[in-house]
Amino acid sequence: MATQHSRSAARLMMAPAVILLLGWMLIPLTMTLWFSFRKFLPLRGGDLGWVGFDNYTRFVSSSSFWPSVQATLLIVGGVLVITVVLGVLLALLLDQPMWGQGVVRILVIAPFFVMPTVSALVWKNMFMDPVNGLLAHLWKAFGAAPIEWLSQASLTSIVIIVSWQWLPFATLILLTAIQSLDSEQLEAAEMDGAPVLKRFWFIILPHLSRAITVVILIQTIFLLSIFAEIFVTTQGSFGTKTLTYLIFQRVLESQNVGLGSAGGVYAIILANIVALFLMRIVGRNLDA
Amino acid sequence: MGRIVLEQVAKRFGDVEVIPPLDLTIEDGEFTVFVGPSGCGKSTLLRLIAGLEDVTAGSIQIDGAEATGVPPAKRGLAMVFQSYALYPHMTVRKNIAFPLRMAKLDRQEQDRRVEQAAAVLNLTDYLDRRPGQLSGGQRQRVAIGRAIVREPAAFLFDEPLSNLDAALRVGMRLEISELHKRLETTMIYVTHDQVEAMTMADKIVVLRAGHIEQVGSPLELYREPRNLFVAGFIGSPKMNFIEGTEAAKHKAHTIGIRPEHIAVSESKGSWSGVVGVSEHLGSDTFFHIHDTGLAETITVRADGEVGFRHGDKIHMSPRTDVIHKFNESGLRIP
Repeated sequence: MATQHSRSAARLMMAPAVILLLGWMLIPLTMTLWFSFRKFLPLRGGDLGWVGFDNYTRFVSSSSFWPSVQATLLIVGGVLVITVVLGVLLALLLDQPMWGQGVVRILVIAPFFVMPTVSALVWKNMFMDPVNGLLAHLWKAFGAAPIEWLSQASLTSIVIIVSWQWLPFATLILLTAIQSLDSEQLEAAEMDGAPVLKRFWFIILPHLSRAITVVILIQTIFLLSIFAEIFVTTQGSFGTKTLTYLIFQRVLESQNVGLGSAGGVYAIILANIVALFLMRIVGRNLDA
Repeated sequence: MGRIVLEQVAKRFGDVEVIPPLDLTIEDGEFTVFVGPSGCGKSTLLRLIAGLEDVTAGSIQIDGAEATGVPPAKRGLAMVFQSYALYPHMTVRKNIAFPLRMAKLDRQEQDRRVEQAAAVLNLTDYLDRRPGQLSGGQRQRVAIGRAIVREPAAFLFDEPLSNLDAALRVGMRLEISELHKRLETTMIYVTHDQVEAMTMADKIVVLRAGHIEQVGSPLELYREPRNLFVAGFIGSPKMNFIEGTEAAKHKAHTIGIRPEHIAVSESKGSWSGVVGVSEHLGSDTFFHIHDTGLAETITVRADGEVGFRHGDKIHMSPRTDVIHKFNESGLRIP
């Protein structure tokens, strides 16, 4: 396999895939960088030439920039906490032998198959509507005034909706991890005098650490770019304007491609900072 | 401390009776080995004693105290698992200290006992490693260390050597026997390997399909097996069983003769046959002899220097004083 000939053959065979992937990644990135240095207003004169770092300074100095970074981080952090904690608990529950296990597992996974747009609409109209929503009825049943979820607790609402979508993913990965735990370890801990909670803390949780890391890293990548949930529910109002949404507004609502592209570059930087922090905190769990 | 009494203990999984009611007493300080073919219920019996499985009926007493419904941690027993069940994310030190930590002993006492156990088991240099960085034998010792520090009333071993290679197995066998002599604590040891049973046990319990076939010291079982099953299970190579006219001469349905109790010669002997495969171990040679008219093959253990070759005609003379006689239902005739 390792002869000179087979190595060059392997390189040749892999070349189309590598070129495709590089093109896929590099062309949009280069175009974003290109536009971010130009004044480009499609409906107001088109490409109006170089502006240097003008777009970058304008994007950061806008009053909505820092709140949007904050909203992004709050949503990502909130969803991560909820999905990991509930995911671990649900995985423990689903690992118990019970009647109808197969059906229940499929039901738990179901939300993951619902499109973000649809699930946001369902939550908005069925649950969080202050007049007809189920939650409003629940509040009224207890004699309380219904919460106007999407305006009074907008960020929380978004976090709830997104968590609902991502909980199945976390549960599924954590469930497979729990199932790979050697039952003799738990029995040994039981013999060693560890009650249920300590067995969870000292045996199960450390065993899950790698799976939890994977869940956190993968979810972060996707959560940084959530869009449909905000678009369908609050349209970025009431403090739910994330960086992604802000870029969308700059490009499509203000029709300023240059400014939006500069925002895109900031988004790349933010994602890298978050990734750096995450790798520092949880990355070492990935080492064997 | 460490006397374990089982009274009419039975275990069912649904409709399957894994262990029919049985009585057994394990004396304090005894090294008891449960031995039997796989699936005979020996591990289940051990888990019942440990408390990892609930008994369906009957009672278990440890040190005269009723232990039937007592949770495993409160029984004062320590167990060494087949997979060792070490906690992979903890260092050796933390692994060994885990039961002490759970018992909320103070740190100094914990450290003292861990150091002591590590010294006994030659683990002092490895205390800060993780189980993944240890060899099989070392992991085994850590598992034993975790059991020792609790100072239990009895140790339970569940096939602890089956994951080790042959050389290491012999070494660990000696170490565990040595440990037993030093600690003088009751030990219950489950194995399917009759050599381990014979070499380590004070008392062997032979199990088949959940039934106790015989209880006794290794030599008792070797000299006077109660039935065909025990006769065939204890001893290596396996005892030869002969039925028919040869057995009738001894007024038995089946007679058994151990390979080491048959002398071979080129010219004289009451039985004869043709040498098949011979296995040379150096110290001994095992001949598998065909066409004897007695049984399909007769195995004979001879001196290592005895040289018969494949196809040679051979004569055998059994030692008549050590012929085992069994009746139609396979029970020993005294």
